[in-house]
Amino acid sequence: MTLSTLAHAPATALQRHPLYAKLKSHRVLLAALFLVVFPFLLPLKAVAVNILIYGLYAVGFNLLFGYLGLLSFGHSALFGTGAYLCGIAIAHFGLPWWAALIIGTISGTLMAALMGVIVVRTRGIYFAMVTMALSQCVYYVFYQATSWTGGENGLRGINISTLNLFGLKINFLDPLTRYYVVAALVVGALWFLSRILASPFGAVLEAVRENESRARASGYNIDRVRLVAFTLSGAFCGLAGALQAIHLAIVPIETLHYDTSGLAVMMCLLGGMGTFFGPFVGAGLFLLLENIVSIWTVHWQLFVGAVFMGCVLFLPQGVWGTILKRLER
Amino acid sequence: MSVPVSDVILRTDSVTKQFGGFTALKNISTSFQRGAITSIIGPNGAGKSTYFNLLSGALKPTNGKVFFNDRDVTGVAQHRFAKLGIAKSFQITSVFPLLTTHENIRVSAQALVTCFDMFSPRANMKDLDETADELLKTVGLCDRRDRLAGELAHGEQRALEIAMALASRPSLLLLDEPTAGMSPEETKSMMDLIVALGKERTIILVEHKMKFVLGISDRLLVLHHGELLAEGTPDEIRRNEVVKRVYLGQREH
Ligand SMILES: Nc1ncnc2c1ncn2[C@@H]1O[C@H](COP(=O)(O)OP(=O)(O)OP(=O)(O)O)[C@@H](O)[C@H]1O
Ligand SMILES: [Mg+2]
Repeated sequence: MTLSTLAHAPATALQRHPLYAKLKSHRVLLAALFLVVFPFLLPLKAVAVNILIYGLYAVGFNLLFGYLGLLSFGHSALFGTGAYLCGIAIAHFGLPWWAALIIGTISGTLMAALMGVIVVRTRGIYFAMVTMALSQCVYYVFYQATSWTGGENGLRGINISTLNLFGLKINFLDPLTRYYVVAALVVGALWFLSRILASPFGAVLEAVRENESRARASGYNIDRVRLVAFTLSGAFCGLAGALQAIHLAIVPIETLHYDTSGLAVMMCLLGGMGTFFGPFVGAGLFLLLENIVSIWTVHWQLFVGAVFMGCVLFLPQGVWGTILKRLER
Repeated sequence: MSVPVSDVILRTDSVTKQFGGFTALKNISTSFQRGAITSIIGPNGAGKSTYFNLLSGALKPTNGKVFFNDRDVTGVAQHRFAKLGIAKSFQITSVFPLLTTHENIRVSAQALVTCFDMFSPRANMKDLDETADELLKTVGLCDRRDRLAGELAHGEQRALEIAMALASRPSLLLLDEPTAGMSPEETKSMMDLIVALGKERTIILVEHKMKFVLGISDRLLVLHHGELLAEGTPDEIRRNEVVKRVYLGQREH
């Protein structure tokens, strides 16, 4: 049994219930409705934007890890490339925000395609190691290109105070407005993902996840499927990175650090890999824990680490994955 | 313009397969007739699956060549075989366990049409649904349409796998021990299915239960210790002294 099959329990009576199918087919709409009220449910409103951005990042990672069982330790390169290129577009070229976001997304996608070409042939631990090594190369390149990236001081000067949307001026400095702008883009990305999963290519992803050698025998080029999934993953992570850049107004060099790669793994496992919303739940839990616990102790990482281990040991399907399974029983 | 079709659909030209220092197959040259049912038999460990994997493209021979319709397919990537018209089922049942029976066949059939279409809803491809339903009928699994493949009985999974292989509309169907682990009744209906399928396409099957295949095969190949011991019609094989000694002399299954 592969790692990825763990997350997929057999269909139950509930899964075959027509209401379930209806809810599932409208899951992006449901997510959008939830995100409207989300900041008001949180003890700390400011965390909401971070949850969205890291949630999207973890969603991109999950496309590879959860759906194809490929464990990458190099996703910081995709997130970071998106962040830096978006930041450079604004800070160095003065491009409008939407153009910068597109550039960030495309550059994350291209970086993923480049890494993908190199890694798709490798399996298991080699895949993890090669992706990590490649992300270290990317880190080094951005670190050295000081005049473009600010080197170890990070890229500054990504100042966006108003977003101009077809003549409409949106105040990006207002936290709640900013949240809704980011939420709208994240919902758009989720809608796109949900379409992909419902497409013929989504069926191929399922087949490869379920049984790689059978899928190959049926005529699918597995390496090509992986490359395309890796590249798509880069689009989501690139957009997340770009959003992070305009949200923070700075791109710290740590964005490219392998800690950031580890974050995606943690969030995915916490929430439940291979599930649609699991990565968001994981990102939410992680960031809330971090924010709440760090208020009363500087040793917050110890707590988060303990919770993470507890989760992996006792809830191997993650929090969201376990909830889904309970509901379906 | 009509091209004369040769009688030989598949041919191996002195193929050898080594695993490390161990020679699993030695110099096997033979050809398979179009439209026939050919069975590859031999005791456990004879090299049947290894030979089968060379024919189906899952393994590349250490030496020698494989020709499909007179085209050299040695070392051609596995996923291309489906498109060439060669489909197979595995010795160890291999389906997509958490997809429904219908989805299993549907996604197999989809490989001929599209892989990377990510913008149209897959529900639009009605002809794939029809293909899948037709094949469910062919292998007698209509009442299992919406069950998860992993929940099916063993014999049903084997039948499903054949339907999945048929989904790529192969001219050559390769089956590795399709009756493995089946009860005598299941074996009987599987053999009937194979005979029915053999009317429209070439079939090569691996089997070690010799008595089941003697009745349905047009030709047989006998492998033993990685060598081609004998080949011929069922009658020739039945009468072959060497085969009797190394194969039939053993305890029958
Ligand atoms: N990948 C491999 N690596 C090393 N040895 C192998 C490999 N595959 C097969 N062999 C060896 O090659 C020999 C032939 O194996 P093969 O699976 O082809 O036999 P078979 O005739 O299909 O047997 P069975 O009836 O048990 O299925 C065996 O001795 C087996 O141990
Ligand atoms: Mg075998």
